[in-house]
Amino acid sequence: MNIGQILLNLWESSGFAALITGFVSQNSWQNLLMIIIACGLLYLAIVKKFEPLLLTGIAFGCLLTNLPGAGLYHQELWDAYVQGTPYINAAGETIEHITFTTIIHDGGLLDIFYIGVKSSLYPCLIFMGVGAMTDFGPLLSNPKSLLLGAAAQMGVFVAFFGASLMGFTGMEAASIGIIGGADGPTAIFLTSQLAPHLLGAIAVAAYSYMALIPMIQPPIMRLMTTPEQRKIKMVQTRTVSKTEKIIFPIVVTIFVALLLPDTAPLIGCLMLGNLFKETGVTDRLSDTVQNALMNIVTILLSTAVGATMVGSRFLTWETLKIVFLGVFAFALSTAGGLLGGLVMCKVTKGKVNPLIGSAGVSAVPMAARVSNVEGQKANPSNFLLMHAMGPNVAGVIGSAIAAGFLLSVFG
Amino acid sequence: MTILTAGLGEHLPVGEAAVLALLGYAVVFFGIVLLMAVVMAMGRVFIARDKKAAAIQEAAHAAAQAAAAAAPAAPKPVAPGTAGELKLHDVEPRTAAMLMAIVADKMGKPLNELRFISIKEVK
Repeated sequence: MNIGQILLNLWESSGFAALITGFVSQNSWQNLLMIIIACGLLYLAIVKKFEPLLLTGIAFGCLLTNLPGAGLYHQELWDAYVQGTPYINAAGETIEHITFTTIIHDGGLLDIFYIGVKSSLYPCLIFMGVGAMTDFGPLLSNPKSLLLGAAAQMGVFVAFFGASLMGFTGMEAASIGIIGGADGPTAIFLTSQLAPHLLGAIAVAAYSYMALIPMIQPPIMRLMTTPEQRKIKMVQTRTVSKTEKIIFPIVVTIFVALLLPDTAPLIGCLMLGNLFKETGVTDRLSDTVQNALMNIVTILLSTAVGATMVGSRFLTWETLKIVFLGVFAFALSTAGGLLGGLVMCKVTKGKVNPLIGSAGVSAVPMAARVSNVEGQKANPSNFLLMHAMGPNVAGVIGSAIAAGFLLSVFG
Repeated sequence: MTILTAGLGEHLPVGEAAVLALLGYAVVFFGIVLLMAVVMAMGRVFIARDKKAAAIQEAAHAAAQAAAAAAPAAPKPVAPGTAGELKLHDVEPRTAAMLMAIVADKMGKPLNELRFISIKEVK
């Protein structure tokens, strides 16, 4: 027995050896840097509470995927799957055609998690949970607020154009633009279809900016509106009957899925979740979708998305451009919603407070809360929350339609 | 039929990117406006239905009130098991209750089998 050889083998098979020996030659410095970035993201999630439910999983997935030798995620396997090229597995066998079955057989744990992202399963299930937690009552009582949800998609298309100008391909530009929809599941859904290699950067940008909404939006809101406009009190809207709330998800599903069939998975799941909530006879299902299912899928989704943050893919100029374009998209979507709000304020002769327009950027209910807070700063007796919830949930539908359009063009 | 001059994974010409951006924004508005029209139509149906239901309820309530006004005044309802009204002349109800309890006790009869018509203080 050669103890020295055993110890040498043990050292050579360790991640430390891989980090040190391949520091320059195999770019393992990138892995080290990504581990530091993962720890930074964990700090933001845990200490600063930036979308902790998602960012914790994303950061930990990033940490796991960058541990040399762990083999939890295989970027090259997914490249072969997307490009339809052969793949040589760890045993040296050449696999001509990669399928999900091959991935389960040859992939690591995070590869298996990632199947749920690639198949769009997780974003759709998250949307089901969002639907079960959403009250469309404010939107039904004031259907005109749907327009603000559309206006606030401006950032999506301007960022798409900007990304095209900055040298991204059409598919990449579409995935970057959707960050402006301020809707995490939609961004993941679209990016996993069009530009999976950018998924990590886009997901981190989208969720980070959603967490930063209370900081990004207020300066734009104050810049675009006058104190008088911010003081406007809106009248109470009508009460919506239960029957109306039950019919709404069915009508929206039929209507939107017929208009843009590519949105059917997202809108279908969103509205199914909402139907579970509103029927009154599926309380158990609604409870499961809102809590247990949502939590399980959040764990799998966030970890799988974090796994795509492989050093060699993430540490590029493209990531920095995405970070810049993401905040640009968010700001423009806020401005678009506010412009819509200003137009509605003008048309209704001051009956609509333009601040509710910024809530059209989706990000439920954070954006609506920001509208309410800004309204109360101008007039402490002003309660805009319920009025802002209309554009807020309309933004979810609007961003799904925008994603459907981009998917129909580039998918 | 290909709708783009560039391939799906290629860089888009500036003009094409601009047209797609405008078209996309317009499509979102189109979809939302149509959806808004559907929701508004649905809302109108429900508002009309609610108004009709409220009108029927109001009419039924008015009819019930009119019928009640036309009918002769019903006798004042009495509590079950009561022996009728007791007239008190210069006597406090508390004193009257004590008197009735004493009488029942002296007579050896349960209080609910006796009928008091009036109690008057003799000065």
